[in-house]
Amino acid sequence: MQIPLLADWSEASLAQAFAALTAEADSAPPPRTEEERENFRLHWLGRKQGRLKLVSEAWLKSAPNEAKRELGKRFNLLKEHILARLEDLPAGGLEPAAASFAAAGEAAIDVTLPGTRKRPGAEHPLIKTMNEIVAVFEAMGYSIGIGPEVETDYYNFESLNFPPNHPARDTQDTLVIAGQETKPLRERLLMRTHTSPVQMRTMERQPPPVRIVIPGKVHRNDAADATHSPIFHQVEGLCVDDNITFSDLKGTLDHAMKALFGSSVKTRFFPSFFPFTEPSADVQISCIFCGGAGCKKCKQSGWIELLGCGMVDPAVFAFAAREQPAYDPSRISGFAFGMGVERIAMMKYGITDIGQFYSGDMRFLEQFL
Amino acid sequence: MKVLSNWLRSYLPGLTAGDRELAEALTLRGIAVEGIFDLGPGNGHLFEMDITTNRVDAMNHYGIAREAAAIYGLPLAPLAAAGFAAGNSPSAKPPIEVRMEAPDLCGRFTARVLKNVQIQPSTGEVRERFALLEQKPISNAVDATNYVTLAIGHPTHAFDLDKVEGAIVLRRARQGEKLKTLDGVERVLDPEDLVVADERKALALAGVMGGWETMIAPETKNVLVEAAWFDPLSIRRSSKRHGLHTDASHRFERGADFNAPPLASAFVSQLLLLAGGGVEGGLVDVIVPAAAARTAGRPRIALRHREVRRILGATEDGRGVDWESSRRLLQALGCGLEEAGSDAYSVSLPSWRLDLEREIDLIEEIARVYGYDRFANTLPVFSGAVVSPPDRAKQAEVRRGLLALGWSEAVSSSFCSAADAAVFAPQPGTAVAMGNPLSEEAGMLRPSLLPGMLAMLANNLNRNVSDVQLFEIGTCFSGAPARVNERPALALGLSGASDAGPHLPLRAFDFYDIKGAVEEILDRFAAGPVFFEPFSGAAGLAPSWLHPLRSARVVAAGETVACFGELPPAEAQQRKLRQAVFVGEVYLDRLYRLPLRHPIARELSRYQAVRRDFSFVFPTAVRWQQIAEAIGGLDIADLAGFAPREIFRGGRAQKAEAKAAAGLPAGHYSILIGVAFQSPSRTLRDEELQSYSQSIVAALEAIGGKQRA
Repeated sequence: MQIPLLADWSEASLAQAFAALTAEADSAPPPRTEEERENFRLHWLGRKQGRLKLVSEAWLKSAPNEAKRELGKRFNLLKEHILARLEDLPAGGLEPAAASFAAAGEAAIDVTLPGTRKRPGAEHPLIKTMNEIVAVFEAMGYSIGIGPEVETDYYNFESLNFPPNHPARDTQDTLVIAGQETKPLRERLLMRTHTSPVQMRTMERQPPPVRIVIPGKVHRNDAADATHSPIFHQVEGLCVDDNITFSDLKGTLDHAMKALFGSSVKTRFFPSFFPFTEPSADVQISCIFCGGAGCKKCKQSGWIELLGCGMVDPAVFAFAAREQPAYDPSRISGFAFGMGVERIAMMKYGITDIGQFYSGDMRFLEQFL
Repeated sequence: MKVLSNWLRSYLPGLTAGDRELAEALTLRGIAVEGIFDLGPGNGHLFEMDITTNRVDAMNHYGIAREAAAIYGLPLAPLAAAGFAAGNSPSAKPPIEVRMEAPDLCGRFTARVLKNVQIQPSTGEVRERFALLEQKPISNAVDATNYVTLAIGHPTHAFDLDKVEGAIVLRRARQGEKLKTLDGVERVLDPEDLVVADERKALALAGVMGGWETMIAPETKNVLVEAAWFDPLSIRRSSKRHGLHTDASHRFERGADFNAPPLASAFVSQLLLLAGGGVEGGLVDVIVPAAAARTAGRPRIALRHREVRRILGATEDGRGVDWESSRRLLQALGCGLEEAGSDAYSVSLPSWRLDLEREIDLIEEIARVYGYDRFANTLPVFSGAVVSPPDRAKQAEVRRGLLALGWSEAVSSSFCSAADAAVFAPQPGTAVAMGNPLSEEAGMLRPSLLPGMLAMLANNLNRNVSDVQLFEIGTCFSGAPARVNERPALALGLSGASDAGPHLPLRAFDFYDIKGAVEEILDRFAAGPVFFEPFSGAAGLAPSWLHPLRSARVVAAGETVACFGELPPAEAQQRKLRQAVFVGEVYLDRLYRLPLRHPIARELSRYQAVRRDFSFVFPTAVRWQQIAEAIGGLDIADLAGFAPREIFRGGRAQKAEAKAAAGLPAGHYSILIGVAFQSPSRTLRDEELQSYSQSIVAALEAIGGKQRA
């Protein structure tokens, strides 16, 4: 809008002209947003095209000297009025500038598109589970023991109190290495059927006290089905000292199960039989899915069988004592335990086919990212 | 094993607990009831039992009832067969002669002769209980022996006496001797098999299975009832040798009750005579004293109270297992206890519990029947040190590095086929064969992880999963029957393309992706200079599983630590891999000999780094390694680093014109090398930078490079 020319420099004419300008300023609605306020400011006070600048150029410059004083006074009043309007904010302040997606054009991005990421690889659920179990026992003072996957009959069976030709050997169908027939039985090589041989190897190397946890791969000559595999993984443990009791075994495993599955988990111990422990026990934990009320996963029993354990059989200590006389069963005692990693991982992650662990199927593995 | 609750109750007149409660109590004491099935009104329940292999005494109704009696502190009904005196009756003339010619294999043999019996279907309790157990009835004679096994656990056998010629002889089989067993199979016996024979022929494979010829038939009139005790090891060997696992062998090989034969014989006879007939003469009972001494007559053992407490520890009630409980529980199980001082008992062992031999066995029995649930949960104190295997940290580093780069972890079979073993064994002829392989494809111990890796790659591609990036850390085997060596190894398998998305284009994996993984691993070790060498000339030929021109071996600290590259097309085709596949093996045993790299911080320069790019054209024969050595060899103190930034080869598909247009003569490639200079102590002057640049240009020209304008 053009600045009108003044008819004359009389006070009345000045008053009328400035009243019109004030009315014009007042006719604009009060600013509600930062944007509106800024527009209003630029409209009136902008350095180059602001209305006041134009007024100053149109009127002040050409005014005769006698009118300048009155003109300046009225000009300043108008400016104060405009400034006051700028300060006159609605209650609650101004809304921030609403960047219109369309108006912003190319500068705007679609924040809802997926981000760019370099996906890490997935840990294998078995190795992950095995590491978790090991970590629980490490925190309880257990060192990690490892040993060969191809073992002698002596370490896998005989020294663990599986005498030659004993029916207990039937429970662990064994895969044997070819060409062993000419050797004495105890020297024959086989795929270890459990990680327990590492217990004997450790005791032979190291006098008590011993606390070890043994993760590893084991093999049995079993037919594969949804829950059995000839290849599987175990974590075993051994604790020997001069004062270890059956109640220590119970307490240790109860603590470990709580650490692994949550503090509300309960444990239950049943008599069982393993040649290398006596007394022996099977351990059940209260079902981690239903809390013990009974569900499909625990076959409505409220309990899940998880591991085997027991007090180390004196006969096993006697074998160890051949190398380390400190394993005198009348002076020391200890417990051992073992669990299948597949079973625990299947339960934890809801895996129904054990074969998937060994398939390398990316679709299976990527679930564990 | 199936068990009837009502049958158990017949031995437990005082039992008030319900069937489910009884099952729970038994299970908590290790006599596991796996399933409970309601048999309808008045019939009680059928228990599906899982009896551990050491508890042959509990593989029958009476044995389980004995456990229940011990648990509830109830009396157990005594076993007796009215009208049958135990042992030899001196007055009666033996009805048949028994000659013991193998006293080491047969510890006791009883024979009873029944005359004029009627072979017919079983009746009464036998028939009812068999029906509830879903046990198929055969005839009253056969059913009687089975019934007694179910009742008291002692296997017996009935022979058609009229087919027996002369005396009964317990002897080893003769070389080449044949016997047709009840299953209709004619078997060639081994001289170590114990047979029940007559004077002319073998009648039965003792303790395992009876013979065809003396089988009870509908017309059988006279019966010989055998109840014996056989040496467990002998039975086990015969059973294994002939692949015959029977209810009888299962029990004998675990150690039957030496004192049971007369009673078992009496029960069988009693049942059979229900249909008519009578006993002739007394029971012939031949006992081998040495066997009796090893079993029923084995010496008493000492049980010390302090040993009970030392092993078992704290109970929930805080008092520990008391001495009185120990005594009561053991007596209920059939032990005889005599005080031997204030802290010990002298304990006689029941003949049916050959698994009890030592003090610890008694302690286990005390804990078991006392109830594991009544022991406290305590934690032992410990004062040792915690150590890790030396390679554990290194393996964790390797694994961490690969996971971070996007490689997923796999676990594969420890076995492979003989064909794969031949291809992948690092040294020919060192693969180890299995004696009883799971299958033909699993005939060898894996000499390398690669057969498994390729199987997993194929597995994915066959299921239309085309992007695969896998690693496996595992054990590889080599050696001979005398000795098998194990080494840790890492396999890498790669195919397809990297993650793509709306912001990044799809990029096919190539050689440099697998090389990147190898570099990442090596970077974590203080490996010193590492060389990636192509397989050619001095480095020798590529293994058959690597493309000869697109593969490398990695040498660090003077040893080959890895081989990797593209699978050759022929190998890929044979495995039906329809796209390019990259594989590699890292010999972790060698890598683990190197220490992990330990970073040492250096002072960061406060002065600006200056970057200069050098654009060169080289003949194809000049490799980056030479370029790097040429620049590195200048020993410019202020050289902060250099790297290839862009390489243009034109590519195989690129036309000669395009190459020419790019100013690239045939047989050449262009490369842009970025170099950074930086001094730790001052700002570099223009003349210095000028001189560094000139020396680099000269060095690159010396190896055949031509700087581009």
